[in-house]
Formats: sequence, C-alpha cells, structure tokens
Amino acid sequence: MMISGAEIVIRCLQEEKVEYVFGYPGGSVLHIYDAFFKQEQVQHILVRHEQAAVHAADAYSRSSKKVGVALVTSGPGVTNTVTGIATAYMDSVPMVVITGQVPTAYIGQDAFQECDTVGITRPCVKHNFLVKDVKDLAITLKKAFHIAATGRPGPVVVDIPKDITAQMCEFEYPKTIQMRSYNPVVKGHLGQIRKAVQLLQDAKRPILYTGGGIILSNAAEKLTQLAHRLGFPVTNTLMGLGGFPATDRQFVGMLGMHGTYEANMAMQYADVIIAIGARFDDRVIGNPEHFGEQPRKIVHIDVDPSSISKRVRVDVPIVGNIPEVLDEMLRLTEADFKVQPAVAEWWKQIEEWRGRQCLNYRQGERIMPQFVVEKLYEVTGGNAFVTSDVGQHQMFAAQYYKFDQPRRWINSGGLGTMGVGLPYAMGVLFANPGAQVACVTGEGSIQMCIQELSTARQFNLPIKIINLNNGYLGMVRQWQEMFYNNRYSESYVTSLPDFVKLAEAYGHVGIRIEKPEDVVPALEKAFTEHKDDLVFMDFIIDPTANVFPMVAAGKGLTEMILAEDL
Amino acid sequence: MRHIVSILLENEAGALSRVAGLFSARGYNIESLTVAPTEDASLSRMTIVTRGSDEVLEQITKQLNKLVDVVKVVDLSESAHVERELMLIKVRASGKDRDEMKRMADIFRGRIVDVTESIYVIELTGSSSKLDSFIAALDSSLIVETVRTGVSGIGRGDRILKV
Repeated sequence: MMISGAEIVIRCLQEEKVEYVFGYPGGSVLHIYDAFFKQEQVQHILVRHEQAAVHAADAYSRSSKKVGVALVTSGPGVTNTVTGIATAYMDSVPMVVITGQVPTAYIGQDAFQECDTVGITRPCVKHNFLVKDVKDLAITLKKAFHIAATGRPGPVVVDIPKDITAQMCEFEYPKTIQMRSYNPVVKGHLGQIRKAVQLLQDAKRPILYTGGGIILSNAAEKLTQLAHRLGFPVTNTLMGLGGFPATDRQFVGMLGMHGTYEANMAMQYADVIIAIGARFDDRVIGNPEHFGEQPRKIVHIDVDPSSISKRVRVDVPIVGNIPEVLDEMLRLTEADFKVQPAVAEWWKQIEEWRGRQCLNYRQGERIMPQFVVEKLYEVTGGNAFVTSDVGQHQMFAAQYYKFDQPRRWINSGGLGTMGVGLPYAMGVLFANPGAQVACVTGEGSIQMCIQELSTARQFNLPIKIINLNNGYLGMVRQWQEMFYNNRYSESYVTSLPDFVKLAEAYGHVGIRIEKPEDVVPALEKAFTEHKDDLVFMDFIIDPTANVFPMVAAGKGLTEMILAEDL
Repeated sequence: MRHIVSILLENEAGALSRVAGLFSARGYNIESLTVAPTEDASLSRMTIVTRGSDEVLEQITKQLNKLVDVVKVVDLSESAHVERELMLIKVRASGKDRDEMKRMADIFRGRIVDVTESIYVIELTGSSSKLDSFIAALDSSLIVETVRTGVSGIGRGDRILKV
C-alpha cells in the first residue's frame, strides 16, 4: 500500500518503539503533524521553544537507555535546536532530530524559513542526512537510529523537505542495516586487555578514573564489580557520577577543576591509571604538562579511538565497547589474581588526603548552597533524578548529592549549556513517570528556558525546582573575585522577577526560602504535600559562597585552592 | 612533517564538506586536496596533503575514520608510494623567449598543449617539488597564469586501498 512520506515518518517512529517526540510545529512539517494527529502510538510533546525540545529529548535519553527524538520545522526551528544538538553531541547522547525543510525545488533559493540545515548542524552531529527521495526516507531514518545509538552515541539530524512528506511510496522498514563505512568496534583486543590486567597486578598506587562512557554503555554494575574485586580507589568525572556508588568507601569523589582533594591528589600521584570511558578533558586533568610530569602507566578503555592519546599519551589503549572489555577483565581477574600489598599503603595515603575534608563548609546565618543540596539529598533519600544547569549550583549538586546509581545525574558537562535544567527535568519525567525529579539551578540559568514552565503545566510535570538564588551569575562572579580583582563586570543580575509569583502565574506552586531553618521544611513540603505539583523553591542564598576545591585554569591538578586556605 | 592522506569515501553530496569541515574545525592544515570518483562510482578517492607531528597525524586519521561517510583512510607517506601533480602553466612566448620556453618544457618533460602567437600553455606532471622547480626555473615575469591539481597518490606494489 502506498502511504505518504509523512506517514512513513510516523511508521518509522512506531517501528523504533518511540514513545515520545518532543517538538514544535511549523510550515515545513505540517504534513508530519497531520500524520501525528491520525494515530496514538507515538505521543507528541509540545514545548515552548525548539531548544527545549532537543534538551528534553536529550534528557529522555540520558535518563533511560533509549534514543531521544525531536521534531522541528525548517529555518528558525532548526537554528533554535543547534544549542541542544551541540549539547547532546558534546556529551555523546543518542538522539534523532527530524527537521522540516523547504520543498526540494525551493532549496537554495533563499525561500521563506529556509536554512542550510545539513551545513549548519554538520560540526555538531554524529551524522546528518538530507532526504532527497521519498524512497530513501525509511532507510534513512533506520540509519539515523542505528548511527545515533551504536558505537560512541550521538545526535543525528534527518532533514526532510516538505514535498517529500507529501509524496506517496510503499513502506517497508528494514530490519537490520549494513553500512560499509560505519562499523563501530565492539570487542577489545584481548592482548591489550591482558597487558592491562598485568598492570593492575603490578600497580602499587592505582586509580580507576571513569567517565560518562560508563553511563552511556550501561557498564556501572560491571565497573562496580571490578572495582570491588580490585579494591582500588575510584574517581568519577562530572559525566561519570553514578557510574560507581558515591557512598561506597572506595569512592574518592569527583576529580578535576572542582574535584575533591583526595581524588585530584590520587589521580596525580597514581602509578597506574585505568581510564574508562573518560577523555582527560581540560576540566579534569588541569594543565597537561603539569599532569604529565609524574611517571605513570595509563590504560585507556574507550569505544572511540580518537579519544585515546588525544590529550595524554596512553600506554595501553583498548578500543572496544566498555561492558565487553570489563567482562573480559573480570574473567581474567577471577583466579590467581593478587593486587600488590603496597596498595594498602596507598589507601593510607588517600585516607590522609581524605582527612582534609575538603568539602567542609560553615552554615551560618544565611543559607549556604551546599546545605540546600545536602538537605535535598537527605529529603529525597538519595533517590531523586537531579538535573542541573551550568554554574556554581551545578558544581554544588555534583559535589554534595551522592549519586549511587547511573543515569540519575543529568547535566551538560561538555558544552556547559545554561538553560538545560528545566527541559532536562521534563525529559526525565517522560522517561521515568512518577520519579522524584529535582532541577538544581540558579536565577541566571533558569531564565534561559523559563518558558517551559508552561509545558510543565500542560503535561502536569511535578518537577521540584531548587533555585539557588544569589543574585549573581555565581561562577562568573567567583572567577572575577579570584582572578579579576573583584571587578564584577556584568555578573550581577538586577531586576529579577518574583519567582514565586512567576511560578504561580504559570499555574505552579512557588515558595521563597530565606532562612536556614526553613530549608528542610520547604523541601519536605515540596516532596510530600506538593508531590504532584511543580514547586519552584527560590532559595535566597549567601551570595559570597564559592565552589571549592578549585584548580584554576592552566594550573596543575594538585595546585588546588581549598576553602580552608582563604 | 609532510603527509599524504588517502581517503576512500562514499560518493555522496556533502561528503567533501564533512572532510574539509573536520580539518578547519580541528585546526589541521590542508596543503592540497583532490577528489574524484573511483572506478566504482559509489566511492570517491580523496588525497589530502597535510603537515603535522605524528600525534597530529594519528588524530587526523582517527577523526577521519570517525566520519560516517569515510570508508578507509591510509597515510601514504608511511611507506613507498607514487605521487603526482598536474600543472597547466600559461607563459609568454614571443621573440627570443619562444624557443627558450620550448626548451625548458622539453627539459622538464612538459608538453605544450596550446599555442598562440605570444602564449604557450604547458602541461607538466610530476611530484610537487618538480613543479615547484619548473616555476623557479622560469623567468617569473613570463608566467601569466598557473593552475595545479594538488597531489594524487597511490601506494606502490601490494599496498592497496580498496573496499
């Protein structure tokens, strides 16, 4: 039977078992929206801005194991998605973004709402397609889902001209797909894995340094098993939090620019680093020359060969899918495997570092942001999904909310996109209905996608917004305080809205909290009495609170500024 | 160090810009780039001449392989290979220069492919340095126009780049 291109799009989504499409209609996608109207299997979530559609699809994916899907119209619809696509690309999130395009015959004519979608998105997608023939539509979408989800995941854009969605064609969805130019590596090289296991056995000061790859490849359980067998310290990157239980004794905390003292010291002075699904990012190792001064051996496991030896020379590279490589390592360490007795000494050293208690802070008369996150952790029993925006509040959330499970910590690590928090929380709730979802944000970030309060109303999304309101773009202010001699250029936010009234205007509950003793009651009220409501909690916090420890840009990992130094 | 990277890629719209975009986005340099379909019209073969340390070349190769349209990548300069570049050069050829130009073209085994009363177009094939030498050997005031294809390269003997 012949069906239209628009119907083919919907059928493909159904075949891929897509539950939700986050989108915004417009001229070039009207045929597709009409096809949506005629079915019920795939639900469309109408957002208030295309950027939020992509962020929500992104978080839907991050908090589940599925591919997120967004749908927007041509021209401004597409350009509005670019931030969202780049955000997902930097954090390797599998996503398919379907974009409308002007009719084929109009392409290149500067038509109304035309833009070069493939050209504009090319540098921030894993791959993109322009569909030129309705006969290619189904196979292109199949390829898009395949490419997005396999290997190192990432966003894929499929640009569909309007006339293609009107043309009629037989529909057949390919079961499998073979591409000669795309064959991601799965199994790691056994010889290399053996070498790595030998290094584990020889290591006197080992550390497991793991990143977002653990989460993306669903390897948290295997990592935990291996770490427990080895008894080595584990540190997570910002993207890797939840990949190993934060409450485990072996966990030394997050590392990097705002990592713990013990994690950064252990990373620098380790004699063997086992890097898994991490990429030695500039926010993680600080100055690469300083980092490289220590003699050590590095094992690096990653599905993407280009992540290996990119910033730091690696001794044992292992390219492969992390769970399969970990399986092999678990097998090889089953019997006759002993770690060096010197590892006990290493732990003594780490405990000494840990004794500095670098995350201590003083809760005085004004509410400290750290205190709010700690109480959020307690009130939610550590079980909430926590989304965040970007800035000080993001670091406080990462440092003080102890994530024991993967896919619970949802933030923009690579691109550092302000404004993701609220749409992320929406995406999380669609993937995990009924879950506790907190959006830790600041008065700067939240205003970048504030319009989504309307979407949250429409779909009754009981998000708990934790607005750490210090009246400053806090992280900018912190840098200006520390490195620009207190010249607070444009970092003070004046004319803030009354967030309580704003929340109420959108039909939600708003609470302002100004005293430390009111923090816990407000959180409890939000998560019990207002369990089913979106609650906007505006915490007026100490504006002088800064994030410590801190490795200043360009400094070495061990050259940390601690709160106690000031 | 100079490297010649050979790439086999899907002959699809936009594939060239993916490669070119990768080089500019990551700050790699391109000295020359040539591309044309192979005997299998679904595949294109691209030759890029670039400069960089071994680490940079390793990244270039890995990043190219990551592009979904790229089927295979080889650094030809790693071992024995043949490289050729074609140049068409338009020169003034009148009076005493006319004979001299013909002689120079013969010495460099070039061919004169277009002749007017005052102009020769000379076709010259060889390594890039041979073409450079030819230009250097001519009186620069006599050169009217040059066009070069950039290097094409192929591995010697059993080194084969094929799907």
